[in-house]
Amino acid sequence: MMTQGLTSAVYIAASILFILSLGGLSHQESARRGNLFGIAGMAIAIFATLLGSTPTSFVLVLGVMAVGGAAGSTLAARVEMTAMPQLVAILHSFVGLAAVLVGFGSFLDPAAKFEGAEKVVHDIEIFLGVLIGAVTFTGSVAAFGKLQGILHSRPLMLAGRHLINLAIGLGCIWLGVLFVGADSPMSALWPLLIMTGLAFVFGLHMVLAIGGADMPVVISMLNSYSGWAAAATGFMLANDLLIVTGALVGSSGAILSYIMCRAMNRRFLSVILGGFGGESSTSGGSAIEGEAVAVSVDETVQLLSEARSVVIVPGYGMAVAHAQHPVSELVKVLKERGVDTRFAIHPVAGRMPGHMNVLLAEARVPYDAVLEMDEINSDLPDTDIVLVIGANDIVNPAAQDEPNSPIAGMPVLEVWKAQTTIILKRSMATGYAGVDNPLFYRDNSRMLFGDAKESISAVLSAL
Amino acid sequence: MIIGVPTERAPDEKRVALSPSSAAGAIKLGFTVNIEAGAGIAAGFSDREYQEHGAEVIGSVHEVYQTSDVILKIRPPLGPGAENEDELSLLRSGQTLVSLIGPGQNPDLLDTLAQKGINALAMDAVPRISRAQKLDTLSSMANVAGYRAVVEAANHFGRFFTGQVTAAGKVPPAKVLVIGAGVAGLAAIGAATAMGAVVRAFDTRPEVKEQVESMGAEFLMLDFEEEGAGQGGYAKIMSEAFIAAEMKLFEEQARDVDIIITTALIPGKPAPKLILADTARLMRPGSVVVDLAAEQGGNCELTRPGEVVTEDGITVIGFTDLTSRMAAQSSQLYGNNVVHLLTELCSEKDGKIKIDLEDEVIRGLTVVHLNEVLWPPPAPRLSAAPAQSSAAEQPKAKQEKNTKPTSALGNVLALAVVLGLILGVGAFAPKSFMGHFTVFVLSVFVGWQVIWNVTPALHTPLMSVTNAISGIIVVGALVQMSSGSGVVVALAAVALFVASINIFGGFWVTQRMLRMFRKES
Repeated sequence: MMTQGLTSAVYIAASILFILSLGGLSHQESARRGNLFGIAGMAIAIFATLLGSTPTSFVLVLGVMAVGGAAGSTLAARVEMTAMPQLVAILHSFVGLAAVLVGFGSFLDPAAKFEGAEKVVHDIEIFLGVLIGAVTFTGSVAAFGKLQGILHSRPLMLAGRHLINLAIGLGCIWLGVLFVGADSPMSALWPLLIMTGLAFVFGLHMVLAIGGADMPVVISMLNSYSGWAAAATGFMLANDLLIVTGALVGSSGAILSYIMCRAMNRRFLSVILGGFGGESSTSGGSAIEGEAVAVSVDETVQLLSEARSVVIVPGYGMAVAHAQHPVSELVKVLKERGVDTRFAIHPVAGRMPGHMNVLLAEARVPYDAVLEMDEINSDLPDTDIVLVIGANDIVNPAAQDEPNSPIAGMPVLEVWKAQTTIILKRSMATGYAGVDNPLFYRDNSRMLFGDAKESISAVLSAL
Repeated sequence: MIIGVPTERAPDEKRVALSPSSAAGAIKLGFTVNIEAGAGIAAGFSDREYQEHGAEVIGSVHEVYQTSDVILKIRPPLGPGAENEDELSLLRSGQTLVSLIGPGQNPDLLDTLAQKGINALAMDAVPRISRAQKLDTLSSMANVAGYRAVVEAANHFGRFFTGQVTAAGKVPPAKVLVIGAGVAGLAAIGAATAMGAVVRAFDTRPEVKEQVESMGAEFLMLDFEEEGAGQGGYAKIMSEAFIAAEMKLFEEQARDVDIIITTALIPGKPAPKLILADTARLMRPGSVVVDLAAEQGGNCELTRPGEVVTEDGITVIGFTDLTSRMAAQSSQLYGNNVVHLLTELCSEKDGKIKIDLEDEVIRGLTVVHLNEVLWPPPAPRLSAAPAQSSAAEQPKAKQEKNTKPTSALGNVLALAVVLGLILGVGAFAPKSFMGHFTVFVLSVFVGWQVIWNVTPALHTPLMSVTNAISGIIVVGALVQMSSGSGVVVALAAVALFVASINIFGGFWVTQRMLRMFRKES
């Protein structure tokens, strides 16, 4: 058995290990060690907690953990890298669910008895913990559904959706007042239950109203919420380790959300309010002159074999077509021919932060050939060929040229400055933002229509 | 002192030793410049222009030679029996002649000049050291010739240089092979790539690879070890085995390329025969060979100096007057070189030249002085090779990351709001809460500091590892498992289950992803 002091000491150690774990991710070289720190921190925290408390049944605890662990491990071992966003989303939902359950547990636990101001604070903590947890839970489930393709990725536009949200928000505050002011546990249970239901609806509705390509922001935001939910649980249980970890995760998600919003030149609030890019409007921006010129696979091969430097810009389309492996092969062939070949990654390419990097890493592309937007934009004018694979809005010159465009001001990869840009695309359809892309009509742009995977494979075999 | 610039009398020579602007440069040094009437006409400079720049225009060539202390020319002086004028006989004792002389090839001329008591400074004998680069006419002329070679090739090549995808169909780019990556070769590479051709280059000196690549050409490597750099940055004669390997490479290339530009020269030796007649015939009809070494016998066996020959549909250009074909530009550059030389000779700027044989550069290009032949000069103390390569690579200025300026006022306001909130909490909350609140605020702050350092490439692993560690909520569930209430234990068991999925799944998938990130081996 461990004393209170000893348990706290172990918790401090675990907190430090978690901080080191996140710090390790600053470089690829130290990242794996960082993950091991995280595992170590988790292991000692669980061990100390088990020794410090007296569960009714150790067998039950270990059994449940074993089953959960097995399920998680199976999931992690089997998941495809293209499905990473879904996995992350569903894991967020579990944290939210756990926070709700632990909150209810804490409310129902007869052992916890507080008086006066402490009771008020504790009640608020429970209420907030359950609220955040519930929003995280259903929000993440909805995100999972959209990413998995179970739900349509188009934003759900209910009439008066802002009013609905406002009503739910006000309702929750009112229920909170009732909950804290209730004089018996039984009369407090109802407001808590109703609030939980409302929070579930709110989370669901919030994410359903947000479109597919805003997913990077949504996932980062839910990441943040899951952290705050854990922190709120920590307050409720007076457990500093939970508070520290929750705060770390919460600020991590907040930073990611901020980075994603900045990369789209949008305000966090307008993303959360949703509805962006719903109707495929071509409004805003002048009519585009010129003609899109299609090229064949043969001509693409010709252009590539004459190039000295190539930059590949992948987007969500590459993930959808599972084209990362042929793309990696193509890069290998080009490099063997002495062609300087690199990747340019826009921060919001794909459906979650860093999504493209993981896909390319899976296809064994060395990470030093994968550059960020800021690193490569200045090199693009000296580049012979840019291959745009399944990306659209992130290479749209309208963001810079047309102040009226819906995406005006969004930082984009300036691929049109390269000598020739080849765009692999299934059709001339607009991107997520519903904005026509003047890039396709530029003199130095060529369209290679068809499935990205098939096109790249054909180019590869012809090279 | 008076500088005389006569009209060039060699056949097909259109250049002039001083352009009007370089004449002005010489006058600034204190010299008087006498120019023969009409000397610059062929290069596009009128007498009037020279007068405007302060030069005297003299009617007869004899008067120019008689009045001048220094004679500036381009071609070596023509001897007795020359069609137009016996320039040698016009030179008189004590005069200084500055021109191309070819001291290695013309020993008789040197002897004659020595006998006559003429000091001769050879513009083609400038030592190859960095300090002398501004005098180096061979480089400036080679630069012009290399450019012109591409223009001549384009003129005789019936196709585009650049590849295009047009509405009428696809046009492949011309493929150009440049042999010899000296100044002329590099200029040719530059001109050909600028016109859009795919350019390859070969040189016996592997150290020029970087320069070739910096100009945008591919450097062809020979699978053979031999050091090709001779004295003073020029190439030397290679071994037989090397030449055999080289020939094989040229045969392979001849089948593939459309244009070959040869610039291979070895100082004081006839040009090496690199493109044999059989090799040239391997080229496709319509192909062009430009031989910049034609004057020294040519790098191609089919070359006839001064002529364009067509054999089996392959055009071989052997012009020896490529620089003269761009007379205005060449005269300008030659004149600048000469003025730089005059500046070296006249350090006092008093209009008098002083030949200082202690000066390495002056010693190198002085081939006749006070009745004595001073060719060849002692070996230069420094090689030019390392000095040259640095010019090719300019360190790219690192683009500064543009950071958005944030308003200081906004920051202060935000800070004030946060502090106010914390104070508000502190005023009402019980003591036990404040302890946890301290931990919370500090952790948010630590997280903020740590997360900004995470590289964007690892944002997905960051999310999955935060997934895993937010499974720490399991601690709450574990504590509740010891509760007396069955309902609480049941709720805690479910929480325990899902949190365990998070912990195991999150860490596992993070590890899986991180294992995939690898560096180029």
